[in-house]
Amino acid sequence: MTAGTVMAGVNAFGSEASSASEKDNAIGPEAVPIQLTINGVLKEVSVEPRETLADTLRDHLHLTGTKVACNRGSCSSCTVLLDGVPVNSCMISALDAVGRDVSTIESLASNGELHPLQQAFIDHDASQCGFCTPGMLMSCAHLLQTNPHPTFEEVKRAISGNLCRCGTHPHIFKAVLEVADKQKRK
Amino acid sequence: MDMQRVERALEKLKRAVGIGMKRITMPHGIPGHSLTQVEREAPQEEPPAWPINDELSVVGKSVKRLDAHAKVTGSAKYTSDIRLPGMLFGKMLCSHHPHAKVISVDTTAAARHPGVAAVHLFGMTDSKDDRGQGEFPEITFAGQPIAGVAAQSLQIAEEAVKLIRVEYQKLPFVVDLEEAQKKSAPVAFHINVEEKFSDRGVKINGNRYGPWYGKQKGDVKRGFADADLVVERTYKTQVQHHCCLETHGVVVDYRDDGVTVYASTQSTKNVRDGFARTFGLPANRVRVICEFMGGGFGSKQQLGRTAVMAGYLSKKSGRPVSLMLDRKEEFLSAGNRSNSIQRLKIGARKDGTLTAVELHSRGTAGVGRSAGVGNVARSLYPCANFYSEHYTVLTNAGPAKPFRAPGNVQGAFPVEQLMDELAERLGLDPLVLRDRCDRSEIRRLERLRGAEKFGWSRRKVAGASSGTVKKGLGMAQATWPKMLNLDSTVEVLLFKDGGIEVRSGVQDIGTGTKTVLAQVVAEELGLQPEEITVRIGDTLFPDGPTSEGSKVTGSITPAARNAAYKVKRQLFEQVANTLGTEASELAAAEGRIFSKKEPSKKIAFQEALRMMKNTQIGATATRSENYEGKPVSEDLGSVQFAEVSVDTETGIVNVERIVTANSCGRPINIAQIESQIEGAVIQGVSYALYENRVMDAATGHQMNTNLHQYQLPFSMEIPEIEIILIESYDAATSTDAVGIGEPPIIATAPAIANAVYNAIGVRIYELPITPDKVLKALNKI
Repeated sequence: MTAGTVMAGVNAFGSEASSASEKDNAIGPEAVPIQLTINGVLKEVSVEPRETLADTLRDHLHLTGTKVACNRGSCSSCTVLLDGVPVNSCMISALDAVGRDVSTIESLASNGELHPLQQAFIDHDASQCGFCTPGMLMSCAHLLQTNPHPTFEEVKRAISGNLCRCGTHPHIFKAVLEVADKQKRK
Repeated sequence: MDMQRVERALEKLKRAVGIGMKRITMPHGIPGHSLTQVEREAPQEEPPAWPINDELSVVGKSVKRLDAHAKVTGSAKYTSDIRLPGMLFGKMLCSHHPHAKVISVDTTAAARHPGVAAVHLFGMTDSKDDRGQGEFPEITFAGQPIAGVAAQSLQIAEEAVKLIRVEYQKLPFVVDLEEAQKKSAPVAFHINVEEKFSDRGVKINGNRYGPWYGKQKGDVKRGFADADLVVERTYKTQVQHHCCLETHGVVVDYRDDGVTVYASTQSTKNVRDGFARTFGLPANRVRVICEFMGGGFGSKQQLGRTAVMAGYLSKKSGRPVSLMLDRKEEFLSAGNRSNSIQRLKIGARKDGTLTAVELHSRGTAGVGRSAGVGNVARSLYPCANFYSEHYTVLTNAGPAKPFRAPGNVQGAFPVEQLMDELAERLGLDPLVLRDRCDRSEIRRLERLRGAEKFGWSRRKVAGASSGTVKKGLGMAQATWPKMLNLDSTVEVLLFKDGGIEVRSGVQDIGTGTKTVLAQVVAEELGLQPEEITVRIGDTLFPDGPTSEGSKVTGSITPAARNAAYKVKRQLFEQVANTLGTEASELAAAEGRIFSKKEPSKKIAFQEALRMMKNTQIGATATRSENYEGKPVSEDLGSVQFAEVSVDTETGIVNVERIVTANSCGRPINIAQIESQIEGAVIQGVSYALYENRVMDAATGHQMNTNLHQYQLPFSMEIPEIEIILIESYDAATSTDAVGIGEPPIIATAPAIANAVYNAIGVRIYELPITPDKVLKALNKI
């Protein structure tokens, strides 16, 4: 497999081995050009295969809204949606995101209009230092997309992997339930 | 010569003879409880007193955070997000050994590695923390930085540090508090006692450094002899890590004409001054910027070695260098709350009068020096006979740093549990015992209102709960001094084209300082907070306070209000003629400037700005001493009530509900105050049940250095938190506001411990209260 096939959108590690030898299949350690669909836009970027999606977003695409706090998949600060599902972008290689839709915090507001959750986070003072906020919002956005009328327990569960050291949880619970409630009334 | 002291003395002298002072009438006390008006002598240039919050328009309301939009959209730039043209990434090599001498370091291969631009070795002169003799600092804990590289990418820098070869002479080490105190224990590290540690006549003996004596009074022996009941217990508290989501780090851009340091810090001015000292630069050639920072909790108050390393790497490479710790490095070297072993003894008469209090404490701050347990035992329940003695024990572990209510969090755990035990043995309700021993008026009210909201009357005798999962109720109290930082200055600028700007070097660690400043200035100018531009976190502006000791709001808001008042009077002078009145007759409210005598003489604030002679006018004010130099009468109390369930089969404790009653003088922003209180309570729950640094005695390594190994609470562990906020006025400053960050964490762990006892009828004397300790207490394992 060559870098060219990666660009065409094959999942780098999920693809079946071709008839070529293992050595020919190897990519890296040098940077390889890939295309990533980030927030609905196709981006060309050259990354080393060891790079995580989080590092690629932050260092190559300057999308620093995605935060890295543990770099080990244990705090969910770096949560993005991959094909609509929340994932820890520090635990996914950039190559594995090829051909898939990546949504980051930068896409949550559209045309300058905040997502209802973002507005509710502002209204309920749901961020203190704000470092966990993007990850929290991405987890909550996914919750409301898949379950527009969650219970309190479901809200808690949706962010049960997102660490907040300032202790904004009570205000986040209120913000999410308020949005869910408004959607219900509509 | 300490000019600040001279100036203060001069201020005092002026006050004594009444120069430059005026009498003002101010609200004092608690609305709905003890509110009165008092007269105070205040500096001439300060504004008249505000009435209580009910009569104000934007202060005391839940105003939305000015920077919330940037935080929810991801556009807020933290230090770790700074990307400058040509910027390099730094990485440090940290010692794998807990105690060693560095014989030699070979950086040849690292320097030759493609993509590496600079290499630096820590020497003996880089940091005041350096110890030992020889070319390199002595290695005193596993995780101590030795060298660093700057390279084109972080990945290359990580490869390069692995190529650095260090020759060590390993030395014996000790990491455990109790082991380190034994006569046979290895010496944790070699220090020049006279130079480094011998402050205030304190001595070092083996690894024991001390003792410090609390403010002793009376005769404890006699006090215990006079007691009807003496209770004595030993308690242990653990090491807790700050776990700021944004790790410690900086971006340094070192240029010949000046240095810019982007720092994740609680003190832009401390970083500036520390950097300038280390690099032999005048302070005005170092600019420190911190617009957003991802948590500090006490650990980010000083320059730190990371910034020193980044400074050298940037100086050597001639390029900006970003150096952020990774999570493991953060655990190992960025700070923690010291642990403690405390033996507390209290004597009391049958009626609950305390006759003697005696405390012996030991704690380790690792290679740091301050492992004290605060002033809870001395100041929460004043007793005629008091003795305390503390030793800090040196071990080969990362240095402790101040951590949210340092000392008092550790110190409250024994005091508040022993008071609970005392109450039970005297046959008194814990609240009654406190009513008798605690002189604080505000805490009396907090107990009263808290007990009512909580439903304290539901509490049964200990162990009365039936079934496998037992319920329990408990309470505890806190004390924290009202502190201030007089080096707090604010500038307020008015622009002819309509802009209103507040400037200060003060940083916002997430408490909402920007918004608080906007509210105070808006109130004074009769405007809305959204109309105010707040620029802070930059040493180009006048110095603000360090974010420590719950000092910021109480220090910076009077300066902000006074500056706004000054500039407002300048504006009044410029528009008085047009309005056909005197400047002294003018007031500002609801976006207008008007005559107090003839309200029909008015002008929109924005219109007034357009009439200014110059494009901008400005005024600067600095925090003055509390009015009449009086220390405020009350400390910052907090009373908390905890409801827990304890599963007696698994040993799992679940905190279901916390009711917390607090006071912070004049509240400025209710939502932000509630956020801080909830945050403190959650960290307190976490301290009580989960967090614990685990050191391996055989290797000297910390075993839990990431967030999946070091246990923290997530959403499922968050209790229901109900807040009672008591507004109170000290008549001490032009805003009468006080901070709130620290007091609400102090009482949480003992309140939970008392509730656990109430549930199962057996006490836990050691933190964290993990399932194994509960099961052991129940004789189940």
